[in-house]
Formats: sequence, C-alpha cells, structure tokens
Amino acid sequence: MPEWVLFWTVGPIMVAASLTLLFARKAVHVAAGIVVVMVGLAAFYIQMEAPFLGLVQIIVYTGAVMMLFLFVLMLVGVDQRESLKETISAQRWIAFFGAAGFATLVSTTVLRVTIPHGSLTATNNAGNPNVVANEIFSNFVLVMEILGLLLITAAVGAIVLTQVPKLAPPRTQRVRSEERVKHHLNPVNKPMPGVYARHNALDIPALGPDGKAIESSVSRVLKARHQAKDGTQWRAGIEDKEAGDA
Amino acid sequence: MNPFDPVLPMNPMNYVVLASILFSIGAAAVLLRRNAIIAFMGVELMLNASNLVFVAFSRSLNQVTGQVFAFLVMVVAAAEVVVGLAIIVAVFRSRQSISLDEPAEMKG
Repeated sequence: MPEWVLFWTVGPIMVAASLTLLFARKAVHVAAGIVVVMVGLAAFYIQMEAPFLGLVQIIVYTGAVMMLFLFVLMLVGVDQRESLKETISAQRWIAFFGAAGFATLVSTTVLRVTIPHGSLTATNNAGNPNVVANEIFSNFVLVMEILGLLLITAAVGAIVLTQVPKLAPPRTQRVRSEERVKHHLNPVNKPMPGVYARHNALDIPALGPDGKAIESSVSRVLKARHQAKDGTQWRAGIEDKEAGDA
Repeated sequence: MNPFDPVLPMNPMNYVVLASILFSIGAAAVLLRRNAIIAFMGVELMLNASNLVFVAFSRSLNQVTGQVFAFLVMVVAAAEVVVGLAIIVAVFRSRQSISLDEPAEMKG
C-alpha cells in the first residue's frame, strides 16, 4: 500500500479523534478518542520503519497508560461536572488563537523546508529492535539507567501520594459492639436484608418479630440509588392477612 | 516530484504538520478544560505529537537515534502519568473534586 493512502486515511481519523479532547463532555469519551489517536500513531510508526516503537506504543500507551486513566476515572467518579465559568476573562479565545496560531506558524514554516526522504530499510537489516537495542545499550546506557531510577522513584512516589495515613487506631468489631452496649443501642448486629421477608433479596428490608419492616437493614447505597423497595407494602400485606385471620 | 508516488517515502514534513496539529489540540485542551484528567490527557497528546516528529525525522535522516529518543520520551511519559494520576487521586481525596479551577477559587 502506498504510504500516502495510509497517511490520508489514518491522519484525519486521528485529528477527528483528538478533537474529542476539546468537545466531548464526558472524560470517558475523551479517553476513547485518545486511544484511537494512540493506535493511529502506532500505525504511523510501523509505516515509518519503526515497528519496535509501534508495538511499544500500543502496549505502553493504549495498554497501560490509557487503562490507568480509565481506572482513575472510575476512582474519582465518572460524572464530575465541569464548571464552564471563566476565571480568566476571554481565556477561551486566548487559548484557541494561541493553539491555532502555533499550528499555522509551524505548518507554514515547515512546509517550506525540504529535507531528504530517507529510508531506514538498510539500517533495519539486522532487525529494528536489534538496532534500537544496540543504540540504547551503547550510546544511551547511562540515560537508560537514570530512567530506571526515575521509574522506581515514580512508583514509590505514587504509593506515597495515594497512601492514607492512619490517624487513629482502627475501630474493630469488638470496640464497636462494646460501644453499642454502652450506649443502650441494639446490642446485636443489624439483621440481613430480606430475612423473614417474603423475598430473600437485598433490596427488601428484613421483618422483625413484630412483622414490621426494619428499614436500616437495607444498604444505604441502594437507598441512595432509589433501588430499594419501600418496606410498607410488605408490612401492609402481613397486617392485612392478620386482620383477616382475626 | 509527485506527492502520490506509490514507491517513494512521503515527504516527512507531512508528519510534522500532523504532529503540530495534534500538539496544538493538546495544548488547547490543557488551556481550556477544567477537568484535571482531561487536561492531563492533553499533555499526553502533546508528548505523543513530539514522538511522531522524532520518528519521522529518524527515518528521513536515516538514523535510529530519533527512535531511541521517542522511546525515552515514552518512558518518561509513563512515569509522569503514574505520579500525575496519583496527585489527582490525592487531590480528589482531600477536596472531593478534580476541577482545576477550584484551587484558584480557594486562593481568594
């Protein structure tokens, strides 16, 4: 396949996908767009006789970095609203014209330059990874070792940054049950949801010995999501039945 | 010469122009978006655009050094992502928000 076919098909796709950075509302859509850009870049690397870099691009960027982004998106909440208030006046236009001006400046300048249309085919005779490895482990060996230090420091730094310091000793089950007894609360554990109810399900409150629903037995997460059933209908059924028996 | 020649390599400047477009889109995202994660992805896009230039020149000058540089940039970017995302998670823990504007608003 001639190179320009690849360039003029993948290039516009990449630019369109990268525009999600500016126009997509949800961060997940932006991440998907960036993944498309990364894969396109990998295709270009392989086309430009750098197959090793192309595969590293796919493994490191789409495989590791973007998945890390998605993990953090899941951690910090996918639906974070973005405020559109401008703290710096006309920041939008400054950013737009700055970016467009940079692209125009570089493009117009660069298109007037002619440089040789070289090819790495001869150099890559021994295999592209071999050539790159020879270069890295001969001329760049010190840089490589410093980068190893950097990676270890980054990993330790990430652990230190995300660690939650323990300010107080953890409250164990024993401590909590002793507190309950001290405060004259229900000394035993809360009943599981669905116990003695008609359906043994998580979203239905347990029934006490008096036939009343114990609302606190349903997880508050289900209540916040409006996925919990109201206990009244089940209680009403039992009371009606008792009334009928009497 | 014919830009659509099926055999000859393309003018490497095409790749440089594409990289400059991607770079400016990433820079605009860093300047415009308030969501810290999206701004961070803009930084990643800028790094990748520079990598594209490295690889394009590596081929046109017939030297592998450009590929080695691109590789080193990738390693540094990976380390940067790890630390940056850890900072975002730590900030989210302390203020329940990852908006980039909120720290500025809190300053006064």
